[in-house]
Amino acid sequence: MDALDLARWQFGVTTVYHFLFVPLTIGLGVFVAGLQTAWHRTGKEHYLTLTKFFGKLFLINFAMGVVTGIVQEFQFGMNWSEYSIFVGDVFGAPLALEALLAFFLESTFLGLWIFGWDKLPKRVHLATIWAAVIGSNLSAYFILAANAWMKHPVGYEVVDGRARMTDLWAVLTNSTALAQVPHVVAAAFVVAGGFALAVCGYRILRERRNGPGRRSRVDVWRTPMRAALVMTAIAGAVVAGSGDMSAKLLYEQQPMKLAAAEGLRHDTAAAPFSPVPGVEIPMLLSFLSTGDPGAVVGGTEDLQARFTERFGPADYRPNLPVVFWSFRVMIVFGMTTVGLSVLGLWLTRRRRRNPGPPREIPAWFARACLLGLPLPTAAMTAGWLLSEIGRQPWTVQGELLTAASVSPGVGLGEVATSLAIFTALYGALALAEAVLLVRHVKAGPEPAPADPPRVPPSGWGADAGDGGETSPLLQPTLMY
Amino acid sequence: MELTTFWFAVIAFLWTGYFVLEGFDFGVGLLLPVLSRNEAERRQVLGTIGPVWDGNEVWLITAVGAMFAAFPAWYAGLLSEFYLPLVLVLVGLIVRGVGLEWRGKVHHASDRFWCDLGILVGSGLPAFLWGAVFADLLRGSATAALVGGVFSLSLCVLHGAVFLTLKTSGPVRARARRTAMAASAVALPVAVVALSNIPAAGEGGTDWAASPWLWACSLASMAALAAGTALTWRGRDGWAFTATASAVALGSAALFGALRPAPLPGLTVAEAASGPYTLGMLTWIGLIALPFVLGYQVWSYWVFRRRLTAEVS
Repeated sequence: MDALDLARWQFGVTTVYHFLFVPLTIGLGVFVAGLQTAWHRTGKEHYLTLTKFFGKLFLINFAMGVVTGIVQEFQFGMNWSEYSIFVGDVFGAPLALEALLAFFLESTFLGLWIFGWDKLPKRVHLATIWAAVIGSNLSAYFILAANAWMKHPVGYEVVDGRARMTDLWAVLTNSTALAQVPHVVAAAFVVAGGFALAVCGYRILRERRNGPGRRSRVDVWRTPMRAALVMTAIAGAVVAGSGDMSAKLLYEQQPMKLAAAEGLRHDTAAAPFSPVPGVEIPMLLSFLSTGDPGAVVGGTEDLQARFTERFGPADYRPNLPVVFWSFRVMIVFGMTTVGLSVLGLWLTRRRRRNPGPPREIPAWFARACLLGLPLPTAAMTAGWLLSEIGRQPWTVQGELLTAASVSPGVGLGEVATSLAIFTALYGALALAEAVLLVRHVKAGPEPAPADPPRVPPSGWGADAGDGGETSPLLQPTLMY
Repeated sequence: MELTTFWFAVIAFLWTGYFVLEGFDFGVGLLLPVLSRNEAERRQVLGTIGPVWDGNEVWLITAVGAMFAAFPAWYAGLLSEFYLPLVLVLVGLIVRGVGLEWRGKVHHASDRFWCDLGILVGSGLPAFLWGAVFADLLRGSATAALVGGVFSLSLCVLHGAVFLTLKTSGPVRARARRTAMAASAVALPVAVVALSNIPAAGEGGTDWAASPWLWACSLASMAALAAGTALTWRGRDGWAFTATASAVALGSAALFGALRPAPLPGLTVAEAASGPYTLGMLTWIGLIALPFVLGYQVWSYWVFRRRLTAEVS
């Protein structure tokens, strides 16, 4: 182990950890905003109850996404100073834009949403959650554009050993980014959908056990469950479609990653696809990666020879088993969740012929939703391992090696210290977050007040002088 | 004005906004155990920053992101140079953030204690360390770092106490006002030492005439601190807060003025800068976006402009 290995471990640990929370922020935010919109449109009280219930889960998770995100931004400069100096001119721009255009929007309007329930007109308050959600999704676009540039650098030239941006538009419309953004954002909706399904599944199982009136209490969870099923199924289709686009781009832009993901050692015409070792579907890989079933797909060993010729002697192969297996985990786990959602849509379909009470959600399906909770997150994590470990040994494909990216002045002891601190802290916080989420799901939604407390709009426009005009504390549900 | 100079000013502006806004957030976090005697008062104290602290923190994220984009070598050099202090800053920001967000979502007093501890430690670490890091960067000695850290810590406490005096009512407000007076007894003498060291570390050294603006900012910052104390004494809360905010801003202006033209030893602003294309593009986008950002942030402060009472719920 040297400082480089530990710096890589630190980046891996902190980034994977950060991305446990981000997908829920992205997807659950839209889910909550949708519930509040439904309340606004219909005026039905149970939508408000659900908005607050899922809103609280969203906020517990949101905190973790924010605080672990700051580490990410600092980490490039702290552990990867050579990388930062090389790429800053290009890579820094989307990061700066992300903060200016997305994070301010997200944080300011989320603050207004959390504390504005009795301070803002209903319509304006609804707009604040949508503004925050737009901020979250916009931030995903910018950071993924930056990440895509590492895999497929465009719109730049290298001057004096540093990348110089020549075309911002090219960076922001990088083909890799345009395939990656829908893939990751839609996957985030699958993760959030899977989370909401598990929560609804748990609540349904619990309400079923209760005696009289159980039917109506179970039915409360039909709406969010149907919404989560629709969200997961649609997002799943987008994930699959954009994943196919990404595979075709890999063929052109990162052939080594494609070869590693498939375990293909030598250049092969009409290459087969092997879902698990030993099983091969003829010509499928060539077809999937080019659209031509007879095309030649590069293999790791032959690519290694060609890369050595082009870039000089080094090992240009990523960790082959990790890339190979994370690819499979991603597809199998992700598709299982999407399959579950399609099944659920069929089980909860409307009665066409004889109108009556809606179909009861079977207990086994609710249990399956609960057990399926870890699947989409595992798929998401595996996808990132495939994407980023598959990029190795490069930080910037074809331009900068990982070994040349690390901070020269930071010693083994420093990286080891920070890795130990972050790992311990993150572990403790993960435990606390899990306990908090479980507790709130178990407690269930708080009953909506019969008459929602609203400050009359007369306070608007009043001056906050030194005279001591005061406002009572806000509803305790969403604040301190 | 040259683009590199302009972007150095932009980054100074972003850091200044961060120091002014998170300065009182840190102060509020540090004063939580001092000013509140029961749960209702703790909620009252934290409620003053509840809606805005996350937006305030984005000033830091934007400042660092802009440094990465506009001056990659400065960003990389600064962050790798001050590695361990920055790890502790990050730890502080993490435990403070989850403490603030989770506090309202736990129901046991012992859980709230842990959140409060996170808020306290997480406010104290960055409040001390930012001053220490920048003083060390400027003067390159452990003594300077210590003085800088004590200065920024005491300034945050004073700024936070003045903010709480402005934003609360009842017993908490009275305590905040007394605490502000006590904090200024520490902050003012330390400020004289720390602030006079800032322009002295600049290009012109101790020669007043060589760097008149730096000295002007530094002295004006001291004067604003004194004025903030006097105005708090007189019960002019709004003006007192304006004064301490100005003191932080003027001190920060002096700091970044002294860091020019060499923000790191052996590295000039021009050497650290990105190319004119990147700076030009960022300038256009920034000029279009910044008015909106400032507009809705100001609006959020307007929405939550009223004083908070400690109401038992």
